Amino acid sequence: MKDRNHLSDVSLTHKVSVIDKGLVDIPMLQILQPDGTPHADAQLPELDQDAVLKIYRTMRFIRVLDERMVAAQRQGRISFYLASTGEEAASVASAAALEPQDMIMSQYREQGALAYRGYSTEAFMNQMFSNEKDPNKGRQMPIHYGDKALNFMTISSPLGTQIPQASGYAYGQKMAGQPAVTICYFGEGAASEGDFHAGLNMAAVLHCPVIFFCRNNGYAISTPAEEQFAGDGIASRGLGYGIKTIRVDGNDAFAVYAATKQAREIALAENCPVLIEAMSYRLAAHSTSDDPTGYRSKDEEARWQAKDPIQRLGNWLLSKGWLDEEQDGKDVEQMRQDVLNELKRVEKVPVCAIDDIIEDVYDTPPWHLKEQLDELKQHISQYPDAYPKTSGRL
Amino acid sequence: MAKMNLLQAINNALILAMTENEKVMVFGEDVGHFGGVFRATSNLQEKFGKARCFNTPLTEQGIMGFANGLASQGSVPVAEIQFGDYIFPAFDQIVNETAKWRYRSGGQFSVGTLTIRTPYGGGIAGGLYHSQSPEAYFAHTPGLKIVVPRNPYQAKGLLLASIRDDNPVLFMEPKRLYRASVGEVPEEDYELPLGKADIVREGSDISLLAWGAQMEIMEKAAELADKAGISCEIIDLRSILPWDVETVCQSVVKTGRLLISHEAPQTGGFASEIAATVQERCFLNLESPIARVCGLDTPYPLAHEKEYMPDHLKVFEAIKRTVNY
Repeated sequence: MKDRNHLSDVSLTHKVSVIDKGLVDIPMLQILQPDGTPHADAQLPELDQDAVLKIYRTMRFIRVLDERMVAAQRQGRISFYLASTGEEAASVASAAALEPQDMIMSQYREQGALAYRGYSTEAFMNQMFSNEKDPNKGRQMPIHYGDKALNFMTISSPLGTQIPQASGYAYGQKMAGQPAVTICYFGEGAASEGDFHAGLNMAAVLHCPVIFFCRNNGYAISTPAEEQFAGDGIASRGLGYGIKTIRVDGNDAFAVYAATKQAREIALAENCPVLIEAMSYRLAAHSTSDDPTGYRSKDEEARWQAKDPIQRLGNWLLSKGWLDEEQDGKDVEQMRQDVLNELKRVEKVPVCAIDDIIEDVYDTPPWHLKEQLDELKQHISQYPDAYPKTSGRL
Repeated sequence: MAKMNLLQAINNALILAMTENEKVMVFGEDVGHFGGVFRATSNLQEKFGKARCFNTPLTEQGIMGFANGLASQGSVPVAEIQFGDYIFPAFDQIVNETAKWRYRSGGQFSVGTLTIRTPYGGGIAGGLYHSQSPEAYFAHTPGLKIVVPRNPYQAKGLLLASIRDDNPVLFMEPKRLYRASVGEVPEEDYELPLGKADIVREGSDISLLAWGAQMEIMEKAAELADKAGISCEIIDLRSILPWDVETVCQSVVKTGRLLISHEAPQTGGFASEIAATVQERCFLNLESPIARVCGLDTPYPLAHEKEYMPDHLKVFEAIKRTVNY
C-alpha cells in the first residue's frame, strides 16, 4: 500500500502568516471595450463573419423573445416568465464555444444557449404555454426547457442541484469514451448552496471534464452579491478546490467565447473541471414575480445599460462592415413579428389529455396511479364544466 | 447453492451486475479499496478497477447529485450512503431530483438506472444516528421505488432486480442482519420481483405484516402465538413503494385481522398507509382494529434500545389483544 503524505506540498514559515484575499489577484478577461473597440493587446477569437453574426443574431433574438414574453405574462397569457436581459452574451457566446455533443445543464437564465443550439420559436412557445406539444407534457413552469436531441438537460427549479449532477454526467461521458464535456451554468446566488461545494469538489477529485460557468450578475432576487459572499467572488473558490479558473467580462461575447473555448480544451485534454466566472449584471427583474425598484437604483441600472453586451458586439460588427444598421433594424422587426405570430398560433394548442398526469412517474404506472386516474376521470366526467381543459377528451 | 451472510449476498450481486454490464459503477464513502465500512463492496475495486468502484469525498448530497448525473448520462450507478441516518443531506437530490427526473422532462430524460444502497435499522447499539429506518420519508415520494430484503437470498435477488429496474430504487439493507443472517444462496444469477410481497408462512387467525429485520421478530412472535393456539399468516412486504396491496388484502380477507410492525416511529410510519388502505378495502372483513407495533415517537435511544424496539414480546401481546378483541 502506498504511503500518504498530505504535508508534502506545504512550505514552512516561522512567523504567523495570514493570507488575505488581496494577495491573490484574479483579473477579468476583456477583449472588447464597452463601446465595442477591441483592446490593443487583446487577441480576437478566430471567428468568421457568419460565426459572429450567429452569436449576435441569437442574442438579438433572445432579447426580442424576452421582451415579448414578459409582456405576454403581464397580459396573463402565460403564468410566469424569466428574462435574461443584459446576460445574453454569457449564455450565447459560451454555447458557441461548445460542440453539439457537449451536454448543457443550466439553471434557468440561459435560454440563449438553447437558442444557439437551434431550439425553435415554436418549441420555446410550446413549453411556455404548457401545451400538448411541450416536451415536458405541460408539467413544469414556463422556462423549464429541455431537449434531448440538442443535449440540453431539462431544467429544474431547485437551485444548484445541477452542479454535482454535471460532475456525474461528465464522469459518464469520460467513461463512455465520448469526446464531449458537460457545461453547467448557475448564478452567484446558487453558488452559496451546498451542492456547489459538493459538485466542484467531486469534479476535481474524480477528474470530470466539466465546465462550471457562473453568471455573477450582482443579485440573487433582491440579495446583492455583498450579502451573498465576502470572498473575491466565485472565481477565488475554484482555486481552493484545485480547479483551473478563469474570470471573464460576461458582457463581452468575445471574452466569454475565448474563455469557454479554452476551458473546453483543457477539460477534454486533461479530464478535469474548469471554473469560469462571468461578471455581468441582471438588467431584467429576477422574474415576472419580482419588481427590482424595491432594492436597486435606476442610476445603477443605467450604468449597466451602457455596458449592454448586444450593443457592444453590434458596434464591433458595424466597425468591421459586417453589419448594416438599417438591415439590422428590419431583422429585429421581423423577429418581433415572427415571435408574435408564433405566440398567437401556439396559445391555441390544447393541453395534454388527463391520462398524461400519471405517465412518466415510473416507466409504467403502478396499480395505485391507475386507480387514482380512474377515480379522477370519473370525477371529471361528473363535473365536466369544472374541468374544461380535459373534460372534453376523457 | 452456497452459504452466505447478507453482506456476502450483496457483494455477490454487485459482482454479477458489474460483470454483466460495464456501465455499472459502485461508489460512496470508503467503498473503494477498503471495501466499505461493512465490507459489502469488498474486492470490487480489485476486480473492476478504480474507475468503476471508487471512493467519493464525504458528501451525501454530492454522492446523490453525482449519481443522478451519471444515471441520466446512461451509466448504471449503484451509490452507497454509509448509514440511512446520513441520507438526509441528500434528501433534496433524491426527492426533488431523482424521483421527478422522468416526469418533469416528459420522459425525455431519466435516472431509472440508479440504485441507492443504504444500511438501515437498529439493534446494534447505534444510538440516534446509526439506527434509523427512514423508509416512510421516501414512501411519500412518487417516482421512487423502495425495497427492503429480509435475508441473504432475498437480498441478492432483490438487489439484482433493483439494479436492472428502469426506475430509481432505494435499497435498504437491515444492518443488524448483515452477518447474523446466513442462508443458502444460489451462486448463479436470479431476480426476485419488485412490488411483490412474499407470504413467508400461511395461517388463519391473523395476518402479520412487516419487512426487513422486523421479519425475524414476527416469526418469533408467531412461534409464541402458536403455543397459545393462534395461527399467524406472516407476510414480508419486501417493497414499500409501490407496495403489494393485493397480497396483503387477500390475506386480511382470509384472516380478518391485521398487525403491522416496523422499527421506525409510529406517527407517519408506513404502517399508517397500509392500515388506512386495508381499512378502505377490507372494511367488511375486519373483525378487529388494525394493530400497529412500531418504534416509539422518540429519537432512537441508546441505553433504552431494548425498551424502544418493537420486539417479539410486544408483537405477541398485540396479537393476543387483536385476536381477543
